[in-house]
Amino acid sequence: MSMQGLKNKIAVVGVGTTDYGNFPEIDDYGLAARAFRNAVEDCGIDKNRIDGLLCCRIPFYARMGEILGLDPRWTLQMPAHGRMSGMAIIEAMLALETGAAEYVALLYANIGRSRRVNYGGEELAGIWDPWGFTSPGAAHAMMFRMHMERFGTTTRQLGEVSVAFRHHASLHPDAVMKKPITLDDHAAARPIVEPLRLLDYCLINDGAVCIILTTAERARDLRKPPVLISGVGARDAFSRSAISNFDPDFWYSETREAGEAAYRMAGVGPSDIDALMCYDNFSPTVLFSLEGLGFCKRGEAGAFVEGGRLRIDGALPTNTDGGHLSNSYMQGWALNVEAVRQLRGECGERQVKDCEVVQYVAATPCTRSVIYTRG
Amino acid sequence: MSAYRKPLPTDDPLMAPFWQNAKARRLSVQSCRDCGDKHFPPGPVCPKCLSEDQEWEPVSGRAALVSWVRFHRAYWDGFVGEVPYDVCLVALEEGPLLVSNFSGPVPDDPKAGTPLEVVFEDVTDTVALPKFRIVA
Repeated sequence: MSMQGLKNKIAVVGVGTTDYGNFPEIDDYGLAARAFRNAVEDCGIDKNRIDGLLCCRIPFYARMGEILGLDPRWTLQMPAHGRMSGMAIIEAMLALETGAAEYVALLYANIGRSRRVNYGGEELAGIWDPWGFTSPGAAHAMMFRMHMERFGTTTRQLGEVSVAFRHHASLHPDAVMKKPITLDDHAAARPIVEPLRLLDYCLINDGAVCIILTTAERARDLRKPPVLISGVGARDAFSRSAISNFDPDFWYSETREAGEAAYRMAGVGPSDIDALMCYDNFSPTVLFSLEGLGFCKRGEAGAFVEGGRLRIDGALPTNTDGGHLSNSYMQGWALNVEAVRQLRGECGERQVKDCEVVQYVAATPCTRSVIYTRG
Repeated sequence: MSAYRKPLPTDDPLMAPFWQNAKARRLSVQSCRDCGDKHFPPGPVCPKCLSEDQEWEPVSGRAALVSWVRFHRAYWDGFVGEVPYDVCLVALEEGPLLVSNFSGPVPDDPKAGTPLEVVFEDVTDTVALPKFRIVA
């Protein structure tokens, strides 16, 4: 058996999300339970048939199982890091293919807004603290300046990413930030760690996501038309992780490798992608991803995104839910849900026409890509 | 200097030799006695050959600028009066990357490749921070 052999064998059968915002009155378990209930309702499964449970950014899997009344055969806990969604989906595919579980629920919750998570300083102690260097945003600012110098990329081109995603959020009823912005708004936003400004940063908000997977065969008996996982690819970059969330080569070779594996497995290429769901913890990550996947040549992502190319009405609709920058900071999980909803044609005003192939990518120290197609 | 309020090095035993050397005005990186690989930050084994036989080797202190950023947000109270402040990323002549700060005059938009050399700033009685000065 190889990963390639898993093409179209595993299906997404249920997705559930919560409201996104600031919810001090509920905890991560409560939010995850809501997302789970919504996903169960979405696919019409008896929840007691779910025998696989994966928890991400939820404190304790056993408490989660207790709350949901589940006694799975397969349980996995993943840490709170942002890059886990693609990894989790691939783990669940393997569990389903081997029969370790028949129906897997993947649960993610985040309460960072109401609990005032800073993503830097004392809560993220590191060896560079004495020099005042902290936060994933600063690492991406460091990378983006290198991209600017090396390729002539500009912060205004970065603004194209933020503006396009905000436009999508304005069409998305669930999105946290719906007020349209312009390139000038992006340029005038307050600097956080230059060259990045406020609108280059993801939101921090509360919410939860649940995705239910099973085999393509079992998927036929459930409520919604299945969305198939047609390709996946992966490559980590730990050996040069001296500075967390930073890579002097923008994870180019990792993104290229993960992308090529996913394309090969799915039998498609960049030109077949109807919508891209691109991990956007910070706007530069989108440019790095576009280059790594081969949507444009190396160093040309800045020019590529100009003129609204990432908008729903552009050549490569990207993060049609508004992404982390404007919809919700669900660390990749909501982007995978959006891929499913686009393929089902459930996206209303932000629906991409004739949407048949959607790709998810996260260019991070654990780079992953997933290609979804209509079942 | 007891009023220093910015973050200080933690008591990570792996890093202790680095800070002892810095106090003595020596910049150093971990070096493998078996294969010669030079690396930073340090680890319990050599990332190249997995040997535990590691030592701290002084480096030249010469480096080239890789990138830099300007913090407008103070993530620690000790930096509130400092913002905006700059943090640079430098490549030591010997290879490893180091995050640090500029010392002395810096042009408006310093470019990658700008030659640098280490200087040490005493911030407490026991800690000297290596920083980098632009070589004229």
